[in-house]
Amino acid sequence: MQQSLSGARSVARLLGGGSRRLSDTLFRGFTLLLVLVVVVVIAALVWVLVSNSMPTIQTFGWSFLTNQAFDPVHNVFGVGPAIFGTLVTSAFALLFAVPIGVGTAIFLVDFCPRPLQRPLAFIVELLAAVPSIIYGLFGFLALAPWLQSTGQPWLQKYLGFLPFFQGQFHGLGLLAAGMLLTIMVLPLITSVSREVILTTPTEQREALLALGATRWEVIRHAVLPYARIGITGGVILALGRALGETMAVTLVIGNQASPISPSLFNTGYTLSSVIANQFGEATPGLFFSAVIEAGLLVFIITLITNIIARLLIYRMGHHVGGLTT
Amino acid sequence: MSVLVEQQQPAANPFQAPRTAHNARRRASSIAIVVLSGLSTAFAVAVLLYLLLYVLRAGIPYINLDLFTKIPTPNGEPGGGLGPSIQGSLILVGLASLFGIPLGLSTGIYLSEFGRGAIAMGVRFLVDVLAGIPTIIFGLFAWILIVVPQQSFSGLSGGVALGIIMIPIVARTSEEVLRLVPKELREASLALGATESRTILRVVIPAASSGIVTGVVLAMARVAGETAPLLMTAFGNPFFSADITRPIDALPLRIFNFAESPYQAQINQAYAGSLVLIVLILITSFAIRWATGGFKRSVR
Repeated sequence: MQQSLSGARSVARLLGGGSRRLSDTLFRGFTLLLVLVVVVVIAALVWVLVSNSMPTIQTFGWSFLTNQAFDPVHNVFGVGPAIFGTLVTSAFALLFAVPIGVGTAIFLVDFCPRPLQRPLAFIVELLAAVPSIIYGLFGFLALAPWLQSTGQPWLQKYLGFLPFFQGQFHGLGLLAAGMLLTIMVLPLITSVSREVILTTPTEQREALLALGATRWEVIRHAVLPYARIGITGGVILALGRALGETMAVTLVIGNQASPISPSLFNTGYTLSSVIANQFGEATPGLFFSAVIEAGLLVFIITLITNIIARLLIYRMGHHVGGLTT
Repeated sequence: MSVLVEQQQPAANPFQAPRTAHNARRRASSIAIVVLSGLSTAFAVAVLLYLLLYVLRAGIPYINLDLFTKIPTPNGEPGGGLGPSIQGSLILVGLASLFGIPLGLSTGIYLSEFGRGAIAMGVRFLVDVLAGIPTIIFGLFAWILIVVPQQSFSGLSGGVALGIIMIPIVARTSEEVLRLVPKELREASLALGATESRTILRVVIPAASSGIVTGVVLAMARVAGETAPLLMTAFGNPFFSADITRPIDALPLRIFNFAESPYQAQINQAYAGSLVLIVLILITSFAIRWATGGFKRSVR
């Protein structure tokens, strides 16, 4: 579009005087200046995080990632348990949200009665619009008490032989955080998958149907191979969201370190909840720097997941998900 | 759903596949995918409805005029309201718009009108990646840059953090709606001798205005519900205050503080505040859907 317009532009320039071209230059310059501000803000963000993390990076090096203690009293800091909690809750969320989200997307595109298609898609997207504090409130006041009184005893009774469902019933903990994150990343996976599945050429589906394929065979051999890359992008985008989610997780994860074990009944914390809980007490020096480094880690992790996700989604040739994130 | 499947293969159909074990398996997998994907959708819809009903039921009894006008009562006494939180949220969203809208909009204009080649790809990529960074990071940024040197939490720092969060939302929505403006409109304007800047300002942007407003409203609704970046910036304040150099309250912050309260009266107000927030988000979501529907019709 822009190239085809350049002819019209040069004619307009021929007709217009020098002052008009000056106004164009000014407008372009002003727009570019503001874009530059955005770029500078992002650069400043990186610089501020890195420079303020330097004290702990220099003191603890890589052991910051594995140290068990986050101990202001003895000035020893590490985020091992927080990284563990972050990974466990995010993995839990993806384990359940990916099949449910992709399933919902398949249903919405291929099986849903046409009049229901858009309302249902809209409802799923509303889930994404609900602020995370409301998920947190729900998790803290409804989900966690229910887990403590009913959910966890039931899990231990019937699935207690698994290492995941052992120990005390706290309600609050990794399980509650994982369940909340599942609900929270579900709409992201659904909307990206749905947009990608929508772009699968109808001819591919029709060709398989004409060969006598069943509904499942159409999905398996025509839709999923085509949409796989985009869906993967959506899943990684969701992973980034789960890894960085703060409020909902902070409210339900318990914010207490427990020894690293496979049990999901344990309380714990995540990198983001460390920041939310500790910044208030952070005294200048190593403590302050440790909180910032936790932030830097969240930033780096989500930066990497987002870059991978965007590259995968761009490969689909569409800017899918631009509006939904 | 299984009824639908059977309808496609009536008994008298001469093309019907032979009833072998292999075909029975194929038929079963076909039914299974419909049922399982249908159940997934039912789950997502049920979760949303349950959440809405839960907040509605717990919050409605505590919605009254005082909630919007009074300050919170000291620990656990009944009565009082969330007036400062609502005022604070309005101020914070206004401040954020002051930073976020001009920066986001000009980035959107750049990407759709001038952006070509590797630099534009880079900016687009940067904006998309920015959208995926957890919001607490922007809170940390404003905390280090503004709160720590000033030695005071402030509305200004909260507004800056929220403003950065708005940029990618405004940028990408405005870019996309500006691209939808037909080429013929631009050509007509340029052919009449209008300059490039005049064409963009007087023809292209007005044609896309409803879409741009949609993006702006979407961004404002998003940041109105943000809590994490405000923890370490706006901080919260139980009294009415419009001074942006001092701590300021926000509705999501108040909900967070009251959710963990030992007093039932405060928990009830957290529910009522959540209801206010959720209604606000629902209204903007419906309004946006209505507006974008109208926009798409007018462009096609």
